[in-house]
Amino acid sequence: MKLKNQAVSLDTLDWQILQSIQENSKQTYSEVGRQLGVAHSTVYDRIKKLEKSGVIKKWTVDIDPEQLGINYITARMTVYTDPKESENVAKKLSESKEVLEVSMSLSEELLILAKVFARDQEVLHSFIAKTVAPLQGVLRIRTSIITKKIKEERFLIEQK
Amino acid sequence: MKSIKDLVPMVKLEERLFLASKGEIHTLASSSPSRILRELSRKNAFYFFTSVGNYTGHRAMSLEEFATIIREVEAVSLAFHLYRGDFEKWSDEVLEDHELTERIRAVKLLEPVGNALRDQLDFTVTNRLEELKGTQ
Repeated sequence: MKLKNQAVSLDTLDWQILQSIQENSKQTYSEVGRQLGVAHSTVYDRIKKLEKSGVIKKWTVDIDPEQLGINYITARMTVYTDPKESENVAKKLSESKEVLEVSMSLSEELLILAKVFARDQEVLHSFIAKTVAPLQGVLRIRTSIITKKIKEERFLIEQK
Repeated sequence: MKSIKDLVPMVKLEERLFLASKGEIHTLASSSPSRILRELSRKNAFYFFTSVGNYTGHRAMSLEEFATIIREVEAVSLAFHLYRGDFEKWSDEVLEDHELTERIRAVKLLEPVGNALRDQLDFTVTNRLEELKGTQ
């Protein structure tokens, strides 16, 4: 399925299984099999291979904290860094439980973009002031607190 | 507007220590001048923000640097930290200069804004810095 240093090669059935479980990962192997006209054991084998090759990274659940009465805020943080230290800053940010996503952008200047989660503004500020700003190589930080989410979907992968 | 000089008693440090030794004033004793003036670690430095999560890139790793940055940083940053009580907290808990903490608190009571805020903080911190240097 996977050649060294190359993308994983999938056939049409693999792609169909992926598409089906992306839309609803709670389906049983039998349900997926019935939908695609194959045996549940085939679906099982294919999914195991997809897991082993790293195409399926993890199985998870998307919980809405607001429904549980848990108040929180999310913010998008842009960290301007000394280019020599950016990898290290990104690594340190990734290790923090308050940081949900870390990515780097090279569009104009080297930036680290991070999605941060905190109980309230004070906790958010304290995390940025005490943990992020003191990191070696951090030059400036811009933070936007998200006040309203209009759309949030995961990218659904389709066969090329 | 009242002047900072009306509210903050600018008694020389030696006089205050003398009065304190005679039991005539009871302020929480500050650390030694050399401790207050020491170079701080990155963790204990003061980081200047303009609002929640927006770091200006200015950081003070000593009281002396703090005095310099007060003259350079955007006034909005000074207002953000003064009215949150960040300066007092840093002065008290990190520098361990309770005298400076009291004086910064007095500046806050005046509710200055813009350049008046900068001038009053600058006056307060520079004055204290000179006092401390003079006793070393």
